[in-house]
Order: sequence, then structure tokens, then C-alpha cells
Amino acid sequence: MNILVIGATSAMAHETAKCFAGARPNFLLVARDAGKLAVVAADLRARGAQAVELLEADLANTGECEALVAKATAHFPRIDVALVAHGVLGSQADAQGSYAAAEALLRVNFLSYVAVLTALANAFAAQKSGTIAAISSVAGPRGRQSNYVYGAAKAGLTAFLGGLRNRLAKDGVHVVTVKPGFVASPMTAHLPQGPLFVPASRAGQDIHRAIVKRRDVAYVPFFWRYIMLIIKAIPEVLFKRLKL
Amino acid sequence: MKFLPSQQHLSWGRVERPWQDVARPAWLAEVDIRAAANGPKQLLVYGLGRSYGDSCLNAGGALIDSASLNRLVAFDRDSGVIRVEAGVSLADVLKVAVPAGFFLPVSPGTKFVTVGGAVANDVHGKNHHAAGTFGRFVRAFELWRSDGSRLICTPTENAELFRATIGGLGLTGFIAWVEFQLAAIPSSFIAEEVVRFDDLAEYFRLEKESSERFPYTVSWLDCLATGEKFGRGVFFRGEHAKDGRYKVHGAPKAALPFDTPPLVNAPLVMRAFNEVFYRRHVEKLRSHVVHYEPFFYPLDVVGGWNRGYGKKGFYQLQFVLPEGQEDGFTPILKAITASGRGSFLAVLKRFGAIESPGMMSFPRPGINLALDFANTGEPTLKLLRQLDDMIGDAGGRVYPAKDGMMSARNFRRYYPQWEAFAAHIDPRFSSSFWRRVTAKETP
Repeated sequence: MNILVIGATSAMAHETAKCFAGARPNFLLVARDAGKLAVVAADLRARGAQAVELLEADLANTGECEALVAKATAHFPRIDVALVAHGVLGSQADAQGSYAAAEALLRVNFLSYVAVLTALANAFAAQKSGTIAAISSVAGPRGRQSNYVYGAAKAGLTAFLGGLRNRLAKDGVHVVTVKPGFVASPMTAHLPQGPLFVPASRAGQDIHRAIVKRRDVAYVPFFWRYIMLIIKAIPEVLFKRLKL
Repeated sequence: MKFLPSQQHLSWGRVERPWQDVARPAWLAEVDIRAAANGPKQLLVYGLGRSYGDSCLNAGGALIDSASLNRLVAFDRDSGVIRVEAGVSLADVLKVAVPAGFFLPVSPGTKFVTVGGAVANDVHGKNHHAAGTFGRFVRAFELWRSDGSRLICTPTENAELFRATIGGLGLTGFIAWVEFQLAAIPSSFIAEEVVRFDDLAEYFRLEKESSERFPYTVSWLDCLATGEKFGRGVFFRGEHAKDGRYKVHGAPKAALPFDTPPLVNAPLVMRAFNEVFYRRHVEKLRSHVVHYEPFFYPLDVVGGWNRGYGKKGFYQLQFVLPEGQEDGFTPILKAITASGRGSFLAVLKRFGAIESPGMMSFPRPGINLALDFANTGEPTLKLLRQLDDMIGDAGGRVYPAKDGMMSARNFRRYYPQWEAFAAHIDPRFSSSFWRRVTAKETP
């Protein structure tokens, strides 16, 4: 089994990869920081991975994403699973204060996904098999004052993934939209950890299961499906007055 | 590494809820002990919070939460040598070790402790009489000190710090990684025999016979039984089956997500539990093959079971009396049963003669008992103080990892070597426990 992980040093991506490691797959890990990549690679090797190769890349450079995917397809004759999991939560205050900050956030959390997924989709369509999973968010469906720029990126990504799933279904390629809620990870370490937070390990197990079982949309954990049903049902007249 | 005030880091007993400045480093590369030590507060590493009292707390000080420092560094599937970051849990080690045909060389009664914590408390388990403590299987670790030094410690290199850190309650510095030897096993299942005993004399006979034949032994003692039933209990003994099955444990089946009313300490509930438990083993001897999970970790099945003691939490007392002090054991047990305050779960185990490598390691040859006491304030503390004194008078000692109240005087009686150990403590590390037991005695 050949697995490509983009944003491999994120806690959720690493925890998902750990769940696959026992099956002795080959990994190609992509992330910005060489030191962190080496730590993750050693961990996955110790957990049983057959081979682990590393690729340093900054996904914010959307112009390099196509070349990056080309390297991955050159490395693996076939990619069984591609997990796209990079991203930054960013600062809503900065993003609403300046377009430059908002654009940077959209670039990492949306445009770079479009760049990577476009190239990946074409590769997967050609090999006519495999599963692409990408991390969206429950922040997407409803814009809230506390993080609507991040949410907008994830809403765009969710729509993009839905279209991709629709397009690739006939080729036997599966697309999983992963929608995590609150996950305790370095990305959220600065937030107060309420009762809805789950550890990254739990999120990783859920994402692994969603990939293996070829789910279309996976809420992580599952109860966010019901929370989001309620959140989506609140009339906008009311919603706009809430402190969310 | 940024420290933020938090009241979320508790010990397992949940008696105290102190404010502490907590850093949650995501990578070892972010951990800078020298910089952290330049802050105004004393440091301590916090793992999974399974220490019962205050040895994992640092009230008014700073904690480094090692939850994210949980990566494996290397695992040799041939020799069974594994190197891990200190925040890796024993549960995580088992997930990798068992499918490869290995098991923990020594396992405590829960797998939800970190490897760093297993070193810092030099933990023991059901095979103490056959294998000794966890520290005996530690080959090396790297210790980061507040002076900026990073020392590889082994039984021969920096040997004094090695001995001080094993069982050193996290006070000698920050453990970055630990390398230890796993044990090869023929199966992850245990061929177990469960034997009922009616009194302590029968227990000691059973113990002697069993420890020669079985690598794993432990007993449950009915601490509420008085009169003719005094000293009754159930003896568990086992060895790995030989069936070549290597199955890993599953996730907890249930969890207590909040503090319940203190149900588990209601005397009637406890009495009923002990009666049912004792009756369940009504046959004199029962043998069967069980997975390691129910054999080693029966309480792990309910996540957060400690919350069953209610908002005020609970104390645990674990002590060992030296070999030849069996006569001192009966009056202590009688004082516990007479109080009616003991838990339904009293664990009895005789430690063997294998020496612990740590300077401050708790285990020593002799009889060892552990049980819980729901916290009802002064009455609980009064009883525990009385028991602590009796234990000291009998030449015994109490386990710091479980303790939340021992006096400084008793600590010095239990661990006369404490001053020699103190010379190895990192000057910028401390804990609530350490400040308590080294405080000047008030007359």
C-alpha cells in the first residue's frame, strides 16, 4: 500500500498515518519542516512502515503544488491513499483587519488545496483507483464572527471536494471530506479546551476508519453531524445576533 | 514553549485542584529547559496524571505537559529494544510491541501511564517477584537539565544520575527519551488460575507455592471482612499462554465523563461488591485463558473511574512491610477493617528479593498492600496518619506515587536515603509532593 500524506507533521495527519502503519505501507510524507518530518518518519518506521520517504515543501507556494504532486506520482507507481491535511488556523483578528492577511489564510487553507487536489485528481483518474481524503472543517457551513475567513476557505474546500467526488466516482476513485470539530492539537493549544475537544489520536482513528470504509463525508467525531444539523437550522435572523 | 495558567491538571485522586502554569510543547525541539528554568517558577513534567496524590503536581509552579511528546524513536523487532519519547504511554507501546511478539517487561495496573512516569516512579507489577521493577529494563535515557546540559544516562554512563532518576519522581530534570528492553512472549493471552483463600495464613501458603511456579501473582483482599471472615480474598496467578496469538487491547468500553455522587465509597455498596466478588470465585480454584487486558488492566475498561469517588476525590495508600514483618501486617489490616473506610479494591502482592535500581525506588522485599480511601476530610486524614505511623513503626514505607498526605517525619523514616538523593535533584525542578515531605516539621 502506498500512502501520500501532505501536511504530515500535523497532529491529525500523523495520528491517521499511525493507524495505517501496522499494515506495513510505504509512506511519502510532505511538510515544511525537515526536523519535524524526520521525527514523524522515525515514529512511523518504528510502528511498522515498510518505507518512509520525505519531501520538504511549503504548500503556501501554490505555484509549486503541481510539481510536488508530479514528484509523488513519480515516486509511487500507484497511490492508494492520499491524505491532504496541511493548514493554519490563523488569526481572525488579523484576517478581518487586512486583505493581505485574509488572502494568506485563503491561500494556505483553500487555494493550495485546489492546486494539490487538481493535480492529484487527474493522477487518480488516470490510475482509476484509490482514495483521496482532505481535511475540511465544521467551521465551513456557517460563517461565524470568530473565524469566518478560515470558515470561508473550508466552505470552499467542502464544495470543491463534493464536486471532485462527483466527478471521480465513475473512475472508481473515492473522495472523503473530513470535517473535524474541536481537536486538541498544537493548532488549537491556545484555545480553552472545552468538553467537546477530542484528542488528536481519536481524530486520527476516526479519519482512518472513514478512509478504510470509504465514507463520503466524515464528521470527526461523529456527533458533530448532529451539532451541525442544529447549527444549520438556526434562522439567520437569530444567528446574526449570537456570539459565536 | 509558552506557559499559561491552568487549573486543568489534576492528579488521579482529584483532592487538590491547584493553579499551575502549563506549557504544552508539541515537539521535543520546542523544549528548552534552560529558558524555562530562567522563568520565576520551579518546573515539573506532567504525563498522564496517574499519580494519585501530589507527586505529579506543582502548585504555584510550572508544568511541562508531555502529552504531545509521544513519538516512537526506534523499535528493533528482533531484539525487542524500543526507544520512545518520554510522553509515550504504555498503552501505545503495547500497540506496537504485542503484534511483534513482545510485552512490557514490567507493567503497572494501568496502561495509561507514560514511559517517563514509569521511570520516574520505577513502577512495579504482578511479576515483581520474578522480574523486579521497570527500571531494571531501562537501558538508557536522555536527561535535560536546567543548566542546559543534555546527558545520556545508562547503568554505566552518568550512573549516579541514572540511579537518581529511576524512581526520582521527575525531580532530576526533563527526560527526553527512554530506551528499554521489552520481553518476548509466546502469546498475548494469559493462562490464569483464580484461587480463593479464607485467611492470611492460607494466603501466605498460597503465595509461597505460587511465586515459584507463576511469573504473575496478585491478590484481592476483602478489607471489610471482619471476625471469622477477616483476611479472606482471591489469589490470581498466571503465565503467558503458549498459543502464538498476538492480539492488542481495545479502547475503553465506558467512561465517567463527570464526577458522580460519591457512590463507590458508600459502605453498603462496597460490602455488596466484595460479597459478590468473593462469591463469584466460589469454587476453590478456577483456571482459564484470558487476554492481557482483563488480567493486567481490569480498571482500564472504565475510563475516568476515579470520578466515581465524587467531587472531593480520594486518597490511596500503598505500603510495603519488610520481610519478616508479617506480624506487623495484621494490626494494620485490622485498623483498616475496623474503620470501615477502606475501598472495595485492596490489592495484595508480595514483592520479591530482586533489588530495584533506583535510589528512591519504593519496592523492597516484603508484603505490599494498596487500597483507596474516599476523601471525607479530617476523619480520612486522621485514619491515614494513624496507619502511616504504624507502617513506619513496622519498618515499612509508603509509595510516593500514591501518596497525598504522608508527613515529612514519616517520609524521612521511610526513605532515610532522601538526602543523598536530594543532591541529584535539578535545582529548578520541584513538586508539591517534594515541598511537602521536605518541609520543616512544625512541632
